[in-house]
Amino acid sequence: MTDELPSEVSTRIGAIQYEEQGEFPVEQGYIWTSCASVENGNPLYWDPDTAAEITGGPIAPPTMLSVWFRPHHWAPERTEQALPLQVHFDLKETFGLPEAVMTDNTIVFHEPVRPGDLLRTHQILRSVSEPKTTKLGTGRFWVIDVEYFNQRDELVGVESYTGFGYRRQA
Amino acid sequence: MNLDDVSKGDTLPTLEYDVTATTIVLGALAARDWRPMHHDHDFAVNRNGTQDIFMNTPNQAAWFERYITDWSGARGRLGRMKFRMLGSVFPGDTMALDAAVQSVEVDDTGCGWVELLVSLTVDGDLKTDCTARLALPTDTDDNPWRRRGDQWKP
Repeated sequence: MTDELPSEVSTRIGAIQYEEQGEFPVEQGYIWTSCASVENGNPLYWDPDTAAEITGGPIAPPTMLSVWFRPHHWAPERTEQALPLQVHFDLKETFGLPEAVMTDNTIVFHEPVRPGDLLRTHQILRSVSEPKTTKLGTGRFWVIDVEYFNQRDELVGVESYTGFGYRRQA
Repeated sequence: MNLDDVSKGDTLPTLEYDVTATTIVLGALAARDWRPMHHDHDFAVNRNGTQDIFMNTPNQAAWFERYITDWSGARGRLGRMKFRMLGSVFPGDTMALDAAVQSVEVDDTGCGWVELLVSLTVDGDLKTDCTARLALPTDTDDNPWRRRGDQWKP
């Protein structure tokens, strides 16, 4: 493995890839299902008066950001979909690295997400390391941002993933 | 809760929760995560080689959020969360969430912030940790949720 990044990778760094529109608007029912799953009684999600006073109306829990992009389990006449974090799988393929792990995940929250919002997203490769050897094997680390926007083009959040694609030691 | 009520080194009350298969399945479906290792015992054990179905990452994030805002109240506004996943949570586990305040500061826009280190453990084994940056009101008239654009630096 050479230290030099192939041009097909270096030209991808900073580029917007895999723009995608959510399949459905943010909905109140899913907000309640999520809150129920963790017994979250925050009145922002249950009491319209509190939501009106504090957040200017109902909002979704910030950590639900990625929920709005998981596709239906089935949909009629669906064509093949990009995998979540397709950039990660592209890099594994480009470098011929069969294994990968996510080493950490950061979510930054911006404008609140509200019922009725229709979000869009894209992926941006931020960096790729030189070859590294860890106890897992030899490969490269990369950082991928997934940026989320609402229908008013306001940034609502950014997820950053650090991945390590590698080949096990022979 | 206001920023003045918090000091570095403060700890949050422990939340203990007995995890069942329903906890795992409900959490996965609430996150629209249909992958079988979060609801199909046979798949989890015989295909993934895990001891049982296990809690998915987005649902863990929801548990961390609930734990943090139970403490802060509704005016607490999450700015950032960083997760390290170290192990899995299975039905039959009693998970415990604990946290300590790492820092308290006011940024150059006047927004009050605390940084929390939150841990999810089972029988003392660390499964996930989360560093969370949470905005808290600086006084009774302040509301971090009103901040937009360059007044919000999460």
